[in-house]
Amino acid sequence: MGLFSRRKTIHVDSDILVIGGGMAGCGATYESRYWGRDLKVVCVEKANIERSGAVAQGLYAINCYMGMQWDENQPEDHVRYARNDLMGLVREDLGYDIARHVDSTVHKFEEWGLPIMRDPETGQYQREGKWQIMIHGESYKPIVAEAARKAATKIYNRIMVTHLLMDDTKPNRVAGAVGFNVRTGDFYVFRAKAVIVGAGGASHIFKPRAVGEGMGRTWYAPWSSGSAYALPILAGAKMTQMENRIVLTRFKDGYGPVGAYFLHLKTYTENAYGDEYESKWYDHTKELVGDYIDRHPVPTCLRNHAFLEEVKAGRGPIRMVTKEAFQDPHLETIGWENFLGMTIGQAVVWASQNIDPKHTNPELTTSEPYVMGSHATCSGAWASGPEDYAPSEYQWGYNRMMTVDGLFGAGDTIGGTAHKFSSGSFTEGRIAGKAAVKYVNDLGSEQPQVSEAEYEGLKKTVFQPMENYEVGRNEIVGGTVSPSYILPIHGLQRLEKIMDEYVGGISAHYSTNEPQLTRGLELLGMLREDLNHLGAEDLHQLQRAWELNHRLLASESVTHHTMFRTETRWPGYYYRADHPKLDDDDWHCFTLSRYDRESGEWEMEKAPVYHIVD
Amino acid sequence: MPTFVYMTRCDGCGHCVDICPSVIMHIDKTYRRAVNIEPNMCWECYSCVKACPQNAIDVRGYADFAPLGHSVRALREEAKGTISWKVKFRNGHEKNFVSPIRTTPWGSIKSPADYEAPTAEALNSQEIAHEPESLNIDKLPALRPDQLKLGVV
Repeated sequence: MGLFSRRKTIHVDSDILVIGGGMAGCGATYESRYWGRDLKVVCVEKANIERSGAVAQGLYAINCYMGMQWDENQPEDHVRYARNDLMGLVREDLGYDIARHVDSTVHKFEEWGLPIMRDPETGQYQREGKWQIMIHGESYKPIVAEAARKAATKIYNRIMVTHLLMDDTKPNRVAGAVGFNVRTGDFYVFRAKAVIVGAGGASHIFKPRAVGEGMGRTWYAPWSSGSAYALPILAGAKMTQMENRIVLTRFKDGYGPVGAYFLHLKTYTENAYGDEYESKWYDHTKELVGDYIDRHPVPTCLRNHAFLEEVKAGRGPIRMVTKEAFQDPHLETIGWENFLGMTIGQAVVWASQNIDPKHTNPELTTSEPYVMGSHATCSGAWASGPEDYAPSEYQWGYNRMMTVDGLFGAGDTIGGTAHKFSSGSFTEGRIAGKAAVKYVNDLGSEQPQVSEAEYEGLKKTVFQPMENYEVGRNEIVGGTVSPSYILPIHGLQRLEKIMDEYVGGISAHYSTNEPQLTRGLELLGMLREDLNHLGAEDLHQLQRAWELNHRLLASESVTHHTMFRTETRWPGYYYRADHPKLDDDDWHCFTLSRYDRESGEWEMEKAPVYHIVD
Repeated sequence: MPTFVYMTRCDGCGHCVDICPSVIMHIDKTYRRAVNIEPNMCWECYSCVKACPQNAIDVRGYADFAPLGHSVRALREEAKGTISWKVKFRNGHEKNFVSPIRTTPWGSIKSPADYEAPTAEALNSQEIAHEPESLNIDKLPALRPDQLKLGVV
């Protein structure tokens, strides 16, 4: 037992445990305190909430703001927009719920000190597009973190949560979580009446375009390790739309965002020969998806589709025409500050390659796929909807509670609610936080029951990669090659290669089919077995080992969902080559999965889509 | 590297270690100064660069696509409430930018517990904290259950 017996176990009891201190987690922490004045509210984060999550680096826009006070948009308008962009499939009850609350969140951000730009003529927030407002958001995350720190009973930084704990006396009820401190190696057992998962979506499950030093410059943060999905999946929560991965059209190599360029700077794309290309692919796309191509704005995946077809036809690279807009010094400043505020790496790429967009039209590319629930796609857990109007199929308990009792989620974790972005994720955290307080109040004095056998077993599991390394390392002279273990980076690269080649990554032109998916699942199964032989040299590698575990579970879920949906709903995000067309007769529905951790089986089912009818 | 640390400027204070979201800034045991131990998991987010009191951390763009000779420097001044950027191209051209980062004093956010305690009635409503006032409209919008229907639209 050597390694395990030396490790301290620290017990932390709370009423509400928030896992992940990004935008959603900070919102959940803030709101839990507002409604639960006497409750013990604990937030646990694997990094430091001051700069953690997808907003660590800052943002230059808030992409979800209605502007109801100026009668700019109503919540139902945003629902129609998200529905349209996702080819008809979003949880409209949840999306409406975020949209009706999100303005109050943004007003609070401004009161807290976030510099929001204003239109000098109207005095209203400066719009970048219909839904986006422009901010000087370098310190967006530190500001939001300050609010969360004021609210929490305690914030635990640098603890990676590896598993949820289930109640020993009640089936299908969550009772806490376990994890380890990535600095000290102490093992933590968190016991809680309600748990809110606000962890991150999944980067690095598909092979990225840069595989050398630049592999860290993924579009979504490299620390977004799919914990948003792995934690609920292992607890038996139902997941939805996990096949709905996202591919981003971005500036090449730095993945600098294009939103402000298209919407505010009015730049536009052209092929290598200076021609407009999107309209050329209209008839072709209409054959695949019918009248979805006629909707406005054109769904993002279909614009990607035209980009991909044009490049495949040999007329790449596609470029963004910036030379006109950048002659205006004000617009030039916005173009640069946009990157410096949220994707500094793009400024580094341009500086290094002498790309001054005033004189050169920069190249665009399409990214590797990502799985996430807060940006423009909606993978995540299947959650109960708002009490005042959600249909009965969408309502079985408290708002944002998953199909596991006492387990709530927000942000990347909750499925079906695309286009929430930073402000919507914080807002969804607030909704979940309030609901969790109600849940805890209704529970009364009942305490969660955690089995010592369960957490002691998990302790052994969590530190096993260090044991594997210590034992296996003695077999070999040195180096990274061992017959007894693989390192986390080895496992990560194998995962990325499998997903890339079999599940619709860049080298397969985002295409897959049933035989490919079947083979992919076989290889993922072997990787799953090999993860029992991960070797971690130190605590840092142990963190990487558990991030890999979470990524693999998310990837298995993605692959099963992709297999289940026998249509191509989102060409431009991925293609089921054996079912190349959109099929509303059979697939105008959500896909749901449930993983049985005892049997290792995945059960798939369909769930109905309710629309707001005009 | 992408981030790297200048030997003569780093004093080993550990601010970068404390802030790095990717957990890759560590203190080197021999030199007792900071080092990026896993450059291929660096997002170039500049959290460590901004946090360094000695300006000892810089970024050299990813070797697999960024030619040498560039520099993007940041100076974040909390007291002034600004961040300043200096972008130097490989060809020597230079651009400078300054942006505000916060409009209120650091530490000034009010705890949610410092607001008047909500009523039981409010807890059972659909309003979240500070609503409806913070919406700047009269009341929280809501759908009627009969507005949600099955079908393809």
